[in-house]
Parts: sequence; structure tokens; C-alpha cells
Amino acid sequence: MRSASVNSSSPTDQSSPLPQLSIRNVSKVFPGKRGLFNKLSGKTSRDFVAIEDISLEIEPNTFVSIIGPSGCGKSTLLNMIAGLSSISEGDILLNGAPITGPGPDRGMVFQSYALMPWMTVEENLRFAVETVDPTLSTKGANRIIKEYIQLVGLTGAERKHPHELSGGMRQRVGIARALAINPQILLMDEPFGALDALTRGFLQDEVERIWEQQRKTVIMITHSIDEALLLSDRIVMMTRGPAARVDEVLEVPFPRPRNRETIEQHPAYHALKAEMESHLFRETRAVEEARMSR
Amino acid sequence: MALSNATTGLRRDSKQISIFHNENVRALIVFLSSLGLFLLFWEVGARAEWFTRGVPTASATFKELWWWVTNPFFDNGPNDLGIGWNLLISLRRVAIGYILASLVAIPIGILIGISPVAYKAFNPYMQLLKPVSPLAWLPLGLYLLRDSEKTGIFVIFISSMWPTLINTAFGVASVDKDYLDVANTLGASRLRTIFKVIIPAALPNIVSGLRISMGIAWLVIVAAEMLLGTGLGYFIWNEWNNLSIPNILVAIFIIGTVGLLLDSLFAALEKFVAFGRNS
Ligand SMILES: Nc1ncnc2c1ncn2[C@@H]1O[C@H](COP(=O)(O)OP(=O)(O)O)[C@@H](O)[C@H]1O
Ligand SMILES: [Mg+2]
Repeated sequence: MRSASVNSSSPTDQSSPLPQLSIRNVSKVFPGKRGLFNKLSGKTSRDFVAIEDISLEIEPNTFVSIIGPSGCGKSTLLNMIAGLSSISEGDILLNGAPITGPGPDRGMVFQSYALMPWMTVEENLRFAVETVDPTLSTKGANRIIKEYIQLVGLTGAERKHPHELSGGMRQRVGIARALAINPQILLMDEPFGALDALTRGFLQDEVERIWEQQRKTVIMITHSIDEALLLSDRIVMMTRGPAARVDEVLEVPFPRPRNRETIEQHPAYHALKAEMESHLFRETRAVEEARMSR
Repeated sequence: MALSNATTGLRRDSKQISIFHNENVRALIVFLSSLGLFLLFWEVGARAEWFTRGVPTASATFKELWWWVTNPFFDNGPNDLGIGWNLLISLRRVAIGYILASLVAIPIGILIGISPVAYKAFNPYMQLLKPVSPLAWLPLGLYLLRDSEKTGIFVIFISSMWPTLINTAFGVASVDKDYLDVANTLGASRLRTIFKVIIPAALPNIVSGLRISMGIAWLVIVAAEMLLGTGLGYFIWNEWNNLSIPNILVAIFIIGTVGLLLDSLFAALEKFVAFGRNS
């Protein structure tokens, strides 16, 4: 299953052949420091090709995970999809229209939660909802806020400030805020990376439950093989950088709703897991070796 | 925090340990005993004439302090004015100069901080003017304004501007990129981002700038007033001419106390805008 064969529609949605998001031959080059000024100060550096020629089609209502060695360019790719980072080459199309900047059709969940510390839980959501739709009545906003606080199981904590919450609760707010603007696609950059193992597992189950309810297209970056297997329909494995590419895309055939115990019983589980482990091991070792010989 | 620790010390487990194990209690004991030793040394030393001749005893100084504090508002001309009046005069000058400085420094700091180019371009000015001694502005103020009252306010204005300006610009320039990314992904307008995200995010820095500025303003006013006609600074200068050392000590104590109160006010404000951030 090479990246070329990715165009087949996902098992969850056979009716829609049109991809919701197409990433076409996308590269990202961070320009080096050049010019007379930098030459004089001896600070010149060469261009850095972070990712090169990545193509990917993502159908509606699929949960896609991106996994790869640290520093390969996963965040760079996600930021380009979010419109926070410019695209050096190629195109990213959302429903056929090229992405030129950030917009509320894509909701973002940050690894560091990125909640405004001076706003309560409710105010954080209100800021998002009212920014996206300024014409919304207070009543309408309140209804949406209440709904999403309920969805992520934070009822009772509306008036709390982020510093009064645990890491897991903060990320629930982050997820609620991203979903409350009703985006077409949810982007998550290592959303559970900063959480302890237990909280992490708990939140993964929550995301699985929420996903069953909403079935939004999700693109999630993760370091965790188990997390990817539990949540994803497809897993995109990236090679190491520089000039990182998509190495392989795995289809995850487990039926939904899923939980940790039942997916382990599935016949494909161990093969998938072994495949991912060997990929990650190979790439990470290559990164380490490259670092040592430098 | 410390206080609530001490009062919730009613919990059973902490009650079993002696209260002398509490850090705050121990600090208080050291404070009180060192103060007692100091006053004793002062009293005995002054009576035994260990110091220069004319140094008042601690008890005489306290009597003097009591008199000034209980008779704060009398007015027998500029050279014999109650300490309350002098304090109010100083506070008024500080308030005018400081508020004007803040009204200028905060908006300019925000504008400078928002633009990386402006930040780099104006930083040298700020860094150059910040370490200039406030009193260096005094002759300039007298020359430009030709009025001692306005000069006092001018000196406060110009010297209490820089910490607020620098901290505001720094706070705005170093707003966590994640917050800006959130605003961007939501499609927030520039104005909404500035008022709803950048300014609240920079508020702890702004307030700590205001706190440093207030400290400087209070330092400067006393020095500046030695050259002006009224206020606490002039009071000290006048009492020095009268060779009334106890009154000078009284004034020093009052200046210190007021400075402490002002600083605590801003410390409380800093805590209020921190929301768990420690800046
Ligand atoms: N703004 C930038 N300028 C230059 N290089 C960058 C920048 N951002 C990221 N990089 C480089 O691009 C590579 C990929 O980064 P990133 O996407 O954050 O990796 P990942 O999220 O996969 O760990 C890294 O080598 C990083 O050093
Ligand atoms: Mg990353």
C-alpha cells in the first residue's frame, strides 16, 4: 500500500469518491539566511527542505493519523493544512479550493492546549464561537457553548480558569473549543503528548466516543502506535527529514465503535502494529545515526 | 498565601507539630527579635554617645514620630507644614507624573511591541534612556518649563515612563505564539486579536512594568523635591537645615512605609492578572 494507492475511498464512506482534502505534491522549504547583511555577520545558512513532494487524499468522515520520527515535518505539514504556514510548492485543496490562509473551516487542537489563561472555560469557547460568527446572539452562543462543554464532559467547570484544571481537562477544553466552531476538519498536533499515560488513555477513549457521535474528518499527529490504531481509519507513516515523504499509508480495518480490548482481538491488529513498529524503529535509528556521524 | 497557611494550620496533623516549625512564624520571630536588638542598640548607643554627637535616641525619635503622625495636618507656612500635607503634595505630584507617563507609555509600548520592526528600531532609544538618572532631567526640565512644580512632575513623568514602556513592548512582542495561532485559525480580525488576545496576554508584563515605574517615581519625587518648595523631599531638606535629625528619621520612615504600601498594591494587582502564570 504505497501512497499512490491512497485514492481508494475509505471503508467508512464508500458513497463519496471526492476527497475533502487533497494534498498535491506539497513541499516546504524554510529559506536560509542569505544576503549581504547576514554574510557580513557570518550568519548565512542554507535553505532547509523540511518535506518534499507529499501527496495525500483524504475523504470526508475519515480519521487520519500521521506518525513519523520526531522532527520529520509532521507539524509543518499540519500547519500548512491549517494555513498557519505558507506552502512552498504544490497545492492543498479543501473541497476543491486551494488553501491560502487560516480559516474556521479547520479547527485546531494544540499540544500545549493554547487556552487563554485569563479566560474561563466558558469564555475560551465564547471567544472562538463569537469570533467565527459575530452575528450570533448571546443566547445562541450560550447554547453552543453549553452543548460542547457537555460533549467533552466538563459540565460544572465552566467558570474555572485553565490553571485550575488538570492537563486532561485543559485538553478537553481545547477539543471543545475546536469543535464548537463546527469545522469541516479537525486538526490535532500531538493532542495528548503532554499528558500522563493514564489521562492519555482516558482522553483517547473520549475522542473515540466523540468521533462516533460527530464523524468529522480528523487529521491527528501522534507518536503513539496504540493511539493511532485505536482511533484511525488510516495511518500515514512519514519518513525521516530532511525532505520527508510519505512512506506508506495503512488502512485500519477494525470495526467501530472500538475499544482497546476488542481491537487487539482483530486478526489484522498484530501485523499492523508490527509494521508500524518496524517503520518507526528504522526511521528513528537512521535519524540517530545521522546525528552521530555529523 | 502565607497567611492562609497559618490560619488553616488548625488541621489536626499540623496542630500536632509545634507552631515554631512554621516558616512564617520563625521568620516573624527573627524579624521581631532583630528589630528589638536594633532598637536596643540604638537607644543604648545614643545614650552612651557611641555615635556622632546629636544622634537622637530611639525613644525620642518615636515620640517625635508619634507627634507627627497624630498631628498630620497643620499649616504654619511652607517651612512648617504638617507631614500629612507634605505627603499629599508628594503623592499628588507622583500621581500626575506617573499617570501621564503610563498613559503615554502603555499605548506606545503596545504599538512598538506589535511590530517587530518598530521593536527593533526603538529598542536602542529605550535602552539608552532607561539607565539615565532621573535627576539628570532636572536641569533640562527647569530650563524647558521654568517652573519648579511642573519640573517636578516632568521628572516623574520622564523617569517613570521607561520601565512601563519597555515591559509593555516586551510583553506584547513576546505573546505566546500559540495564542496568536488560535486567533488566526479562528479568523479573528487584527483589532480583535489585539484587544482580546495580545493585550490580556501582555497584561502581567504591563503591570510589572507599572510596578517598577511606581517604585522609581516614589524614589525620584523625594530627591526632586529637595530642590522644589514643598513635599516630603523638601521636608527632609528643611529639617536638615534645622538640624532636626529625629524629624528626618520620621520622614524616612514615612517615605518607606508609603513606598511599601504602593508596592504591595501593585503586587496584589500583579497577582490578580496572572491567572496561574508566573511572570
Ligand atoms: N520556522 C522554521 N524555520 C526553519 N526550520 C524549521 C522551522 N520550523 C520547523 N523547522 C524544521 O523543520 C523540521 C520539521 O519540523 P516539525 O514539523 O516541527 O517536526 P515534527 O512536528 O515532525 O516533530 C525540523 O527539522 C525543524 O527543525
Ligand atoms: Mg511537532
